Amino acid sequence: MSKKLLSGPYLIWMAGFTVIPLILIVYYGLTDRTGAFTLANVISITTAEHAKALWLSLWLSFVSTLVCLLLAYPLAMILRKRGVGKGSFVVFIFILPMWMNFLLRTLAWQTLLERNGVINGILSALHLPTQSLINTPGAIVLGMVYNFLPFMVLPIYNVLCKIDDNTINAAHDLGANFWQTFLFIWFPLSVPGIISGITMVFVPALTTFVISNLLGGSKILLIGNVIEQEFTRGSNWHLGSGLSLVLMVFILASMALIAKYDKNGEGSAF
Amino acid sequence: MKKTKDSLKKVTENFYLALIMIFLYAPIATLMVLSFSNSKSRTQWGGFTLRWYGEMFESATIMNALQNTLVIAFASALLATVIGTAAAIAINSMKPFPKTVIMGITNIPMLNADIVTGISLMLAFIAFGISLGFKTILIAHITFNIPYVILSVMPKLKQTNKSVYEAAMDLGASPVYAFFKVVFPDILPGVLSGFLLAFTMSLDDFIITHFTKGAGINTLSTLIYSEVRRGIKPSMYALSTIIFVTVLVLLIITNFAPHKKET
Repeated sequence: MSKKLLSGPYLIWMAGFTVIPLILIVYYGLTDRTGAFTLANVISITTAEHAKALWLSLWLSFVSTLVCLLLAYPLAMILRKRGVGKGSFVVFIFILPMWMNFLLRTLAWQTLLERNGVINGILSALHLPTQSLINTPGAIVLGMVYNFLPFMVLPIYNVLCKIDDNTINAAHDLGANFWQTFLFIWFPLSVPGIISGITMVFVPALTTFVISNLLGGSKILLIGNVIEQEFTRGSNWHLGSGLSLVLMVFILASMALIAKYDKNGEGSAF
Repeated sequence: MKKTKDSLKKVTENFYLALIMIFLYAPIATLMVLSFSNSKSRTQWGGFTLRWYGEMFESATIMNALQNTLVIAFASALLATVIGTAAAIAINSMKPFPKTVIMGITNIPMLNADIVTGISLMLAFIAFGISLGFKTILIAHITFNIPYVILSVMPKLKQTNKSVYEAAMDLGASPVYAFFKVVFPDILPGVLSGFLLAFTMSLDDFIITHFTKGAGINTLSTLIYSEVRRGIKPSMYALSTIIFVTVLVLLIITNFAPHKKET
């Protein structure tokens, strides 16, 4: 009995600072300035400007998630094979960059991508045509992949490490080639990690306003930028909350995915 | 034939690993180089200088933001570790149903978008009548840090043997004494990694701080964001380089010290 009391502070904390705040967003999102019930804030997602921002966000975060998955899976397989999992070396490599501030790391890509930047410098030294890289949707995708790749690698790596070598050897002994082993052993066993990785990349990518601000210039607006501006500049909190409710549909969908495919938290990143 | 194929595969794998490492660390290397460049331009090398390192220590704004960042990171990680560890112990001894419900709530701050967490906390602080400032940043950071602690401690708790704790009690230990003598040493690695993770997340956070900070207070993140349009002072690169190298050295010492016990 006394043990249960230990969760008291935590439960009070979560009620006050997680559950009530979320209820407040719902309240603000469904009311207008006078406090009367309205759906106008949520429906405003269908206006041309907001719908365009949402579509662009969905598209760019989809591409980023796909790129992260395609980069991370082979990486996790190689890391597993090398057995570098002894100790926490892999976590170390991927968490370490976080000690250099997130904004500075993203700003550093400006330096690398700019018209006179490092990458174009290398291209012109090789007598190749320079590219305009900064302030494009591509630059935003790059920023997303760069910032969120660790959240794809770690969960996949963690589930791959739990696969027994004997299972894979058995498949090879029975004559399965690489692709058959992948399709029938590696992939099904790593689904919890893949799902966890996908949500951990897709949600922050969908809702970011910083990366699009720093790498996309001022012309490309994502849904995160729209909401941020409603709270800091436009100061229509009701509209901002209403648009956040639309975003929460996607967040809830990913939580449901996690609940379905990663019940035991096998694919958690840390 | 097989040998050449294997070595070719190995070369490809090494090449791939190298590319990913370059991708992850190129921006960091860029910032380090810029911190020594005697030019305010981000694209031009102006010769080697240490002057940004000097200016950094003289800038009250930067030192103030650094202090706020470190105090908030340390305090929020510490409080989150205490609350989170206590909660993990309680959750671990719960029946399946309440356990599932509470773990579901625990997952909210981790899976929710930072922008939604930030906005919702800001609305709550205003509704509760708490003025935005140092306090609110601290509360917000504790809120998003607790789940990292719980998720680090839970697996260690599951591995502990309940009988040892009960044996200690049978031999006359009080529950508190038995906990600190028997259970705590077993879960300590989880507690420490939870603390470290919480500290790192707090240090690297921008979005939630942005919405909960109010006017007149800055952490390093929000200070950098406010400087983006005017142009970042290279002394900021100098500070980040110092932080990064310090952490790198500390982690290398603790991770690869020869007397390290295998876990």
